[in-house]
This record gives sequence, structure tokens and C-alpha cells, in this order.
Amino acid sequence: MSVLDEMKTAIKAALPELELVIGWERSFDEGRATPLFMRAPEDVDRLILDARCEQGLPVYLTGLRGQKVGVVVKGCDSRAVVQLAREGLIDCEKITVFGFGCTGTLSRARLEEVVALTHNPDHVAAVECTGSVASGKVRATLTPAGGAEGHVSCEALEVPFSDACFEKCLTCRHPNGVAVDRFVGPEVDATPARETAPSQEAFERVPLEERFTFWQEEMRRCVRCYACRNSCPMCVCRDHCISSSRDPHWLSQESSAGENFMFQLIHVSHLAGRCVECGECERACPVNLPLMLLRRTMAGAVRDVFGHESGVDPEAAPPLLTFKVDEDNIKEREW
Amino acid sequence: MVMTEPHEKYFLAKAEVTRWLDALTGRAVVFAPMRDGGGVVFRAYAPGREVILDRVPATPPKAAVFPQNEELLRYRYEKDPENPGRTELNLRETLPDRAAVVVGARPCGAKGARIFDPVYDPESGEPGMRDPYYAARRAQTLHVTVACTRAESTCFCRDVGGDPADPEGSDVLLTPVSGGFVAEAVTGRGAGLLDERFFTPAGERAAEADAAIERTRAALPEAHDYAGVPEALMAVFDDLDFWREQSAKCISCGACTYLCPTCYCFNVTDESSGLTGKRLRTWDNCMSFQFTLEGSGHNPRPTKAHRLRNRIGHKFAYYPRLHGGIIACCGCGRCIKSCPTGVDIRAIVQAAQERAVRKLAETTTEAGQ
Repeated sequence: MSVLDEMKTAIKAALPELELVIGWERSFDEGRATPLFMRAPEDVDRLILDARCEQGLPVYLTGLRGQKVGVVVKGCDSRAVVQLAREGLIDCEKITVFGFGCTGTLSRARLEEVVALTHNPDHVAAVECTGSVASGKVRATLTPAGGAEGHVSCEALEVPFSDACFEKCLTCRHPNGVAVDRFVGPEVDATPARETAPSQEAFERVPLEERFTFWQEEMRRCVRCYACRNSCPMCVCRDHCISSSRDPHWLSQESSAGENFMFQLIHVSHLAGRCVECGECERACPVNLPLMLLRRTMAGAVRDVFGHESGVDPEAAPPLLTFKVDEDNIKEREW
Repeated sequence: MVMTEPHEKYFLAKAEVTRWLDALTGRAVVFAPMRDGGGVVFRAYAPGREVILDRVPATPPKAAVFPQNEELLRYRYEKDPENPGRTELNLRETLPDRAAVVVGARPCGAKGARIFDPVYDPESGEPGMRDPYYAARRAQTLHVTVACTRAESTCFCRDVGGDPADPEGSDVLLTPVSGGFVAEAVTGRGAGLLDERFFTPAGERAAEADAAIERTRAALPEAHDYAGVPEALMAVFDDLDFWREQSAKCISCGACTYLCPTCYCFNVTDESSGLTGKRLRTWDNCMSFQFTLEGSGHNPRPTKAHRLRNRIGHKFAYYPRLHGGIIACCGCGRCIKSCPTGVDIRAIVQAAQERAVRKLAETTTEAGQ
């Protein structure tokens, strides 16, 4: 039985006890997936489970509080469930977590970057991924051409999976998930393909005094749609976000580079010790802002100061939600 | 400068595009799609920058006539030196005064301003109904549009009355051909942009452009029939179960509305700093909880189901009912392509059509019994 079939069987078996199970189905074209809310056994037949399943589904859990819900997770997503439960934002006993061995997820943004070298990336219609992010391939099929110069007839191109997966997949240490209730299929090798994300390495080589200019340039194109905030599983303020408050008027409505950056800094600060680096903010951004640079930097600081990694230990106390008289790495009495 | 005659076809060689844009920047602000980090977005062009005309930009072209941030007025509180307890408020209106040319929108995006016009600048409206800021920008903005020679999986312009080479809303229409573009002035003002230093008679290239457009039309799926959609949407208006189901995966962000060429809702805030400030009009977003939050705390659209219903209803029912049946959706597909969770406006409208038909059948059966 394939992993997908095993998952369908597991969900169908659990469905009578649950109000719904959230998974993925094929979206409007062969290259994309979209969240699927399964309430009846026939809904489960539409489930897919492959590298297209990019959305993190734990984002829906706080909105469904009080209901008995199942959720299918990739390893990264499972960390969000762990963190939400640890913070008391969801009721653990009401949530059933369905997991599988994840071999990596396809990033449209990174795939399009590679495709753009030779073709118009908007024309990728279907994708097929095989193997792991370390050694696998992605085959992208383009839509048929209308015929002007630079356009080619319907064709496919092949790129290494490592160039077209999310960067989080390259450094993933939990592909089999954390605290999964129903795990199906074989476990996959949890050795990360890389120690650090390529974009992070490049960013950290930028001298500190040039980084502000970098962010000012990037933040100009932010449209303040808040897709980054609303796709974040840990952003639970939702309708009460300080960015929308009129009184007090914390943040100007003006979408200037400065105000946009201020919002992003507020966002990342509020996620200190909570962000599980699932990358949903960066994936959701319609103008491809490199938001994970901020997230990874913050997560690195939290690891250095508090020795804490979010969403990997259901028992660990989130450092900014607790108080310690003597911090191990903050020696304020010696200052 | 000698200008070409309207309604003739001209050729603009690829190598001449930047020289032409450089010349235009002397007369107006030129907005064009450019690469900005990891995105292709509309930006004010400056000589030396590379313009990208071979794809649909991530952002819509609407900012030229409806900027994301519009300063409406500036104010300053001034203390009376004779009586410091008394302050006077000085206001200064800041009407826009700038000619603009939008280069590189697609026919779908260029139609956006046509949707705004009856709302902000109605021809038959009372003078007081005109939005002076919009009207000033609109009168000074021209659109040079690029026709589409390839359809994406999110394209549905023909379903909503558009076409890959629709001239409506454009002043000049460019069609990609070998080595450049075939250019056609759609309006007299558009003809004024076709500077003969850069545009030469198209000759046989005109036929090549026509053939490319024909092939794009053929590649588009058969147009869906949206006839009767306003009635269908009104029939399912109170069917909140339907809207809950359709909005289940929506995360209530504003990507769809801010990227939409036809969304025109705004917010007004006073952004003060000490005794001075500005009144700012910014894009608003009906998917946000605060959009309809009233001062009393009551919210007539408290859930994302109510809000998604409004977004769809506005484009496909309320607007057409007010403005001669015109659907306020241009079919560009940005809201589908850029939705973090793949909410598909086409699928929702079609589901509403089916639901309404079923509802009608049920009512008829009940009435017959």
C-alpha cells in the first residue's frame, strides 16, 4: 500500500470520531496543492500527499478551537502543533495529528527562479518531484505557447530538487514529525542535506552596516497585505493585531519602506522563542520578501541565549513565557 | 516631434524600447514592471533600469491612478502667541499634479481604471460625487498595454468579458512579435506617444501579431458563462453554510485585494507627528475584520465567511447591478495565483451558480407539492 493510501485509510478510520480532518488536494493546476477539509469519507479520496503540499495546516487549528479536529502534517508543521499546544493555544486532547515521512516540499518561488534563467516562470503548469531533496529531481512542464518570440512549444525541464525545494527542507531535522499521533508509511532519513540555508549564508556575509540598506530596498515592495501574518501558525492575535489598532495608533497605515520594516520587526520580535521556522510567512508573501532571514536570525539568537528550539520538545518551557531568576547566558549581575 | 496617425500599426524594435521609455520620462512618470529583489512589480522607471514586459507583474497597475498611499491634505496646529490656550488648525489640500504613463500592464489589468471610473469619476454624476484626487490622476494617466501571447493556468479574462488583446482601457496596445512589438494607438492621446523616432510602419509584422493573438485565444479554455450570476449570488446570500464551506481555507489576509486591479476600497487615517500631520488615504481590504468594525464594537461582517461573500458579491453582483451589468473582475488571476491557500474565485462563483440552481429547483418542487 502506498503512503497516500495508508494515510487515506488512517483518516477514514478516525473520521467518525472527528468533526473534520485537514489535508491537501490538487489545486487549480497540476503544479499546486490547496488545503482540503475532509468531513465525509468521499472527501478523503481527494487527498494528495506529495511535494506539492506546501501549505502549513496548523494555521487553522486556533480558529477551530473546541472542535475535534485531525490535521495532516509535514515535519515542520508538526512543530507548530507542538508549540501551539505548549502555549495552551490549542487543546491537545481534541487534536489528532497525522504524520508521514516527508521527503521535501516544492517551493514555487525557488523553482521559478531556476526556470526564469531560460523560460518565463509563469508558464510552469505541472511539476513532478522524485527522490529526496539531497539527490532528487524536479520535472516542470510548461503551458503550451501562443507563439511569439521567446516562447517555446509545450515542453518540460528538469532541475535538481535541492534547487527547487524550500530552503527549510535542506536543513530539516524532523522530517518524520514531532509528537505525531498516527504516523503512516516508513520513516525517512533525518540527516539534513545542509547545515544552514544558502540564502542565510549569503545574508550573513553582508556587512552589518549594509544590512539596513538591504532591508530598506526589500521593504519598498511590501504591500502590507499581511499574508505573512495570517499564514503564520503562531500569529494568534488575528483580528486584534497592533498593526490595525487605531487607538493607540501604533503603526502608520502608510506603506513606506520604514513602516513596512517596522511591522516586520514587530512580527519577528513577537515570535521570539515561538517561531518554528515553518517558512509560511515567506511562502505566502506575494512579492517574495526574504522574511526567513529575519526568522532564522531570531531563532539563532534564542538558541544562543536560551538554548531553546521551538516546537521540538512538548515539555520545554518557551523562554519568553517563563521567568528564571538566574539565566544561564544573561549575566546581568556581572555587568 | 512628429507623431504617427491613430489606428495604424507600427513596429517598435526591442532595442528601441528603453530609448522610447527614456524619452517618455521627460514628459511623465513612467510606471513599468521591473525586477525588485524576488518580485516583478510596477515601479517608477528611471533610465538605466531594465523593464520586464514578458510576464504578468505580481502587483497590479492600479497605483498610477489609485496609489496605495495618497496624501489628501497636510495640517498643522498653531498656537496663538497672544493666547497659548488657543490653537488654530491650518489645512493644506495636496491635489496630485503629475502626468503618468503605465507601460507593461496586460489588457486585464488596464481595465481596472474602467471599473473605478463610474465610482470615483462618474460622467453623469453630481460634481460633488467626483473624487478630485482620482480624477486628477486619471486625466493625466495613459496606459501602454502588452497583449498576451500565452495564457496561464490562472487566466480567465474571456469569462468576464475581456480578451488577450482587449484594447479597452488602453491608449496604446503592444503585441509581442519577433524582434519587438507591433504597436497600435487605441486613443488619440495614445497616438501622441508613438514617436516616429522609435516607431516604424509594421508592414507584415501586423499579420504576425494577429496570428499570435489568435493562437492565445485558441489556447484559452472555453469561456465560462457568467450570465445570471448577480441573481445567483443574491439567491445564496443568506446561505451562510455555503459561504463557510467556500471560505474554510481562506486565512483572511489581503493579498487578493491588494493585488487586484479592480479593488478600490480605501481607509483614511490622520498620521500625526507632534503638531503636524497628514491625512492619508490607503488601500483597504474587505477581508480584514476591521474593514466593517463599527465604533460601537458591532461588526456586520464578523467572520471570514461574511467577508469572502462580500468580496465575491461586490465584484459579481453588487457592482454589475449598479453599473450596467459590468462584472468588476478583470480575470487576471492574481488573487488565485498569489493566494497563500489557493482560494479560487472562479470556482466559488461557479459553485454559487450551481447552488442557486439547486435552491431554485428545491423551491419549485416545494411550491408544486
